[in-house]
Amino acid sequence: MLEVKNLSLFFRMYDRAFKRQDLKVISNLNIIARPGEIIAVAGSSGSGKSLLAHAILGILPKNAFMSGEMLWQKNPLTIKIQKRLRGKEFALVPQSVTYLDPLMKVGRQVSRSKDTTLNLFRRYQLDESAASLFPHELSGGMARRTLLGAALAGNPKLVIADEPTPGLSQDLAENAMAHLREMANNGAAVLLITHDIDLALRFADRIAVFYAGTTVETANAQDFANESHLRHPYSKALWRAMPQNGFEPAPGTQPYAGALPQGCLYAPRCPFATPLCINAQPESRHLRGGEVSCNHAD
Amino acid sequence: MRIEAKDLEFGYNNNNNKNINNKNINKNNNKNKNKNIISRLSLTVDSHERTALIGPSGCGKSTLSHILAGNLKPQSGQVLIDNKPLPKHGFCPVQLICQHPEKAINPRWKLGKTLTEAWSPDAQFLEAMGIEKAWLNRYPVELSGGELQRFCIARALAPQTSFIIADEMSTMLDMITQAQIWQALLRIADERGLGLIAVTHSMELAKRVCSRVIEFESLME
Repeated sequence: MLEVKNLSLFFRMYDRAFKRQDLKVISNLNIIARPGEIIAVAGSSGSGKSLLAHAILGILPKNAFMSGEMLWQKNPLTIKIQKRLRGKEFALVPQSVTYLDPLMKVGRQVSRSKDTTLNLFRRYQLDESAASLFPHELSGGMARRTLLGAALAGNPKLVIADEPTPGLSQDLAENAMAHLREMANNGAAVLLITHDIDLALRFADRIAVFYAGTTVETANAQDFANESHLRHPYSKALWRAMPQNGFEPAPGTQPYAGALPQGCLYAPRCPFATPLCINAQPESRHLRGGEVSCNHAD
Repeated sequence: MRIEAKDLEFGYNNNNNKNINNKNINKNNNKNKNKNIISRLSLTVDSHERTALIGPSGCGKSTLSHILAGNLKPQSGQVLIDNKPLPKHGFCPVQLICQHPEKAINPRWKLGKTLTEAWSPDAQFLEAMGIEKAWLNRYPVELSGGELQRFCIARALAPQTSFIIADEMSTMLDMITQAQIWQALLRIADERGLGLIAVTHSMELAKRVCSRVIEFESLME
């Protein structure tokens, strides 16, 4: 089981000569990934979803600093443990297809042993001849499937899939999700970062909604079937923006990491914001089988 | 305006290597069967219609987008815009928004330079696209994929543009940003009478945004 408690993360940057600036990109974030379960992380682009993934694996850039706690099977996740586990017990499906080695043929990048390579190729409907291609010869969807194959070839206990489905057609995306589901059913903990709420709804157990570097709501996946079951105004706005639910975007943008509001991070865009919301960040609380950080959720 | 593709042929064949008698190369060629990605493909799209292009992964949608935007030359056939071939130099009126923004942006340029590569958008436009002023001074590695994609879209919407090809442009964005960007793009497209071809895997999006849906396979004879 992976527990992330009160994680904050900032980048230290130097503006001009000695002018130091700390840019807080994740603040007081809590998330738990349990074995046998897929937890989907949805939310705004640039809300720190990929950074969370990289923080868990210990592959953040050097100017990133963290506070808070990360526990793996009840033990603190230190850099040493991260180094030992990643690539073996921890698997990452990276977000960008540029993570493929441009100078290595696809077959070798996926391979652990010859059998598994062929099985994975078959599972992801990649032609066997694709094994002898270089990444630049692949289409976006093929590269995506290669990344999935390479990450899931071993037998990881924690899978972090960072947007594994863009560029995949509906049936291939479902195929990939079914694979993740299967890994979860075999006892792995799966952290799925995705924008595709439709897919998350069908394959995940819980959905955590991120906004501006913090979790605003953790809901059961089923709650996303209906707007009224959601708790946080941002989750509701996400729901309404789906093409099948009106395609209605909420106005405004997520606050820039350097200029976060003092109170609730969603308050500047929230139609229900009151002085209470603007002055202090609402605490996370239990509500209808989920968790929400909002003063007005009921 | 109308964009027309006639009898396009495209494949990554190593035909130039025929005279090299290296077994390995031949073997590789046989494996890939020298199959063309695109063969005898024709397509006509008017600027008043919004077209969705759909098809399975790896079938050649992105390759076709690159050919229509003049980034790749077809082995035979041609792309005409208002019965004239695409210009060989200067600004191409067909602009492509790529699937992977991190591959379409110079990693060594600050984003302000990338943005003004083709034109200089005003502050109001940047706000409509959801681009923060502070981002202009940062390097691409410091921004998320969705943030970078907004730069690619803004860059493509120069006044000289008459056709936009959006190749899976919004899949890496959250739902709200997706809706915001599509609505901004559609509004600008309406104002300026831009044509739009959207390559997508999401039927929901195609239904919502487009007036016509083309299946890639149906284009080839």
